[in-house]
Amino acid sequence: MATDPNNPATALTVRNLSVFFGKNAAVKSVSLDIAACAVTAIIGPSGCGKSTFLRALNRMHELNPDARMEGEIRLFGDDIYSRSVESVAVRRRVGMVFQKSNPFPTMSIFENVTVGLRLNGVRSKKVLAERTEQSLRMSALWDEVKDRLHAPAISLSGGQQQRLCIARALAVQPEVLLMDEPASALDPLATSKIEDLILSLKKDYTIVIVTHNMQQAARASDFTAFFYLGELVEFGPTTKIFTSPAQKRTEDYVTGRFG
Amino acid sequence: MTAPNHSWRNFKNAFMQTLACVCAILVVAPLLLVFYHLIKEGFTSINWAFFTQLPKPVGEPGGGMGNAIVGTFVLLAQAAVIGVPVGVLGGVFLSEYGGTKLNWWIRFAADILNGVPSITWGIVVYALLVVPMHGFSALAGGVVLGMMMIPLVMRTTEEVLQLVPGGYREAALALGISKWKTIVQIVIRTALKGIVTGVLLALARVAGETAPLLFTALGNQNWTHKLTEPIAAMPLQIFAYAISPYDDWHRQAWAGALVLLLLVFSINIGVRFLTRDRFRQKV
Amino acid sequence: MDNHFEMGLDELRQKLLTMASHAETAVNRAVQALVQRDAGLAQQVKDDDRVIDQFEVEIDEFAIQLLTKAPLATNLRLVTVAMKISQNLERIGDEATKIAKRARDLSQEPPIKLNLDLPRIAGLALDMLKTALDAFVNKDSAAARAIIPRDKEVDALNKQIHAVLVQHMEENPETIGRCLHWMVASKSLERIADHATNVAEDVVYLCEAQDIRHTGVKSQGSPSPGA
Repeated sequence: MATDPNNPATALTVRNLSVFFGKNAAVKSVSLDIAACAVTAIIGPSGCGKSTFLRALNRMHELNPDARMEGEIRLFGDDIYSRSVESVAVRRRVGMVFQKSNPFPTMSIFENVTVGLRLNGVRSKKVLAERTEQSLRMSALWDEVKDRLHAPAISLSGGQQQRLCIARALAVQPEVLLMDEPASALDPLATSKIEDLILSLKKDYTIVIVTHNMQQAARASDFTAFFYLGELVEFGPTTKIFTSPAQKRTEDYVTGRFG
Repeated sequence: MTAPNHSWRNFKNAFMQTLACVCAILVVAPLLLVFYHLIKEGFTSINWAFFTQLPKPVGEPGGGMGNAIVGTFVLLAQAAVIGVPVGVLGGVFLSEYGGTKLNWWIRFAADILNGVPSITWGIVVYALLVVPMHGFSALAGGVVLGMMMIPLVMRTTEEVLQLVPGGYREAALALGISKWKTIVQIVIRTALKGIVTGVLLALARVAGETAPLLFTALGNQNWTHKLTEPIAAMPLQIFAYAISPYDDWHRQAWAGALVLLLLVFSINIGVRFLTRDRFRQKV
Repeated sequence: MDNHFEMGLDELRQKLLTMASHAETAVNRAVQALVQRDAGLAQQVKDDDRVIDQFEVEIDEFAIQLLTKAPLATNLRLVTVAMKISQNLERIGDEATKIAKRARDLSQEPPIKLNLDLPRIAGLALDMLKTALDAFVNKDSAAARAIIPRDKEVDALNKQIHAVLVQHMEENPETIGRCLHWMVASKSLERIADHATNVAEDVVYLCEAQDIRHTGVKSQGSPSPGA
């Protein structure tokens, strides 16, 4: 895993990032450092720009033709928006898991996990099989599906499907994993499995998770960023944000006085 | 609840129910009538000879519509070769590279074309192909049917692709898969059944077109050996037989109509079979 | 629309303040019983200790209930601090009961001829407690910090009383029993001041999110927002 020689502990450095949709700025001049091999949570009320910010980290906001960004984002020192870098290459290093689990319906479990590899040219059956087992083990799904890897992916339950999507994202061995409210569509038991999974993944991966559930941020993350109306209001260690935040707006949000 | 209200409401209910039932019957009745007549009149004329032999001159018994049946398939094959790639790729363009004003115009044009009377298509291809080639041909027939298929397939393909949830595209792109591979391997693969359905239904639609073929394929009493020659087709043959004064030919026309109807019918059944729900998704 | 959680927090504060007033009353009465040799008043203090104990149980239960709602930031600090303050108040009640017991015993014996300034040490301890509780209500971190050095004064006063009593016991051995009662009473008052100091430290934590226990005395600090 590549590390920036200047600061080996930082995976992503964001400087003055602004994202515009037409004339509206959804994210306003945000600067922050995402620590490597740690979990950073992004919280804030709806419409505060947290999902937009997350998607800028792997250039997914470019899917919207009206979107435009300013500022700089470096992944372990590499500028991900430089003209010589293709968005496809960025997304192989920075993976993403979405709120609604979306395993490809025409594919089996095995095919889903390996789709990122296969469609990028990997043909070796050995490599595919190994990577499948590795990824499914990492997402705590191997024991449940090892005997039916060729069953349709949509035959799994909601929580299992989400873990499958995580395995699919991990199979391409990204350096950073972005998660956009990964557990919000799941029941509490499945949610807690996802949280445990996040905590065990952080040994090897940098994880950034957007969540509207503060208890989830408190349970699963090391650092928390609080966004409000497109701005970064406060960023710091999770315990500090949730026991003694420095900004009044953070305090008000966290104690439920608004949002 | 007073007694008079209660019974008036009941009556209204029963009346509307009966009315709806009658309307449903009125809709289904023509199909049943058609089937009944075709079977009654045409069934007896269907035999092996019907499918394999050429029409015999008037007066001679027997003969068949072998050349027309083969001709219909030849025309449909050409129509598919033209209509499917252009239509599907056009639909892909509209759905996946959408958003621009150009798309709006393309869609608008396709919708108008879908409403153009088929005889107009025939006249246009007459001017474009038949006149320069100095003759009617199977090729012209295939081309006109293909051109009619294009806007149809394009719109159904686009609609079916739009039904594929955006989440799948996003998930594929987020894995670092290029846009084109995403479209082919993920989106089209997911929508494949719908696309095939659209193509088959378009084929079923053009299989029965008669007017455009009058100006392009013309019809043929014999087997056609080259695409540059006129070719027989079932709707043409049925038309020719039906307006003739000969009973024998009338009989064959009924049989032809029945076979044509069965062709369209079986394509539709095939489509239903293909799109059946093979497994239910766990909630 | 009512914020039910905020209402719950207000109720918690109220319970705490009610418990505090019971504790203050108990100390006042105990000292009065001691000085005025009033066995009846002493008995009353002993009986009322049950009420204070009950408050501690009630407040802890209520706090646990509030914790299940996962409070954060200031609210979280408030709930945890409430549990600690209630424990300190309960101990103050116990010390008052100890004083009351000694008062009852002393009232049954003739008084010793010694002018002990127990009311003064009692006054200091009670003032520290009252100031701490006011700081809690007013979220005044500076006032809470100012209480902490005063504990030294109370300790010094207790030592002084101790020394006077030791001397008296040496000179008048027949008063040893009664002197020991007075020593215990004075020690109890010194402990009450310690508990008041604990409450002050808890109030600083609530307001500033800084834990100043077991460190040197600090009289500066910055409040945290929302506190």
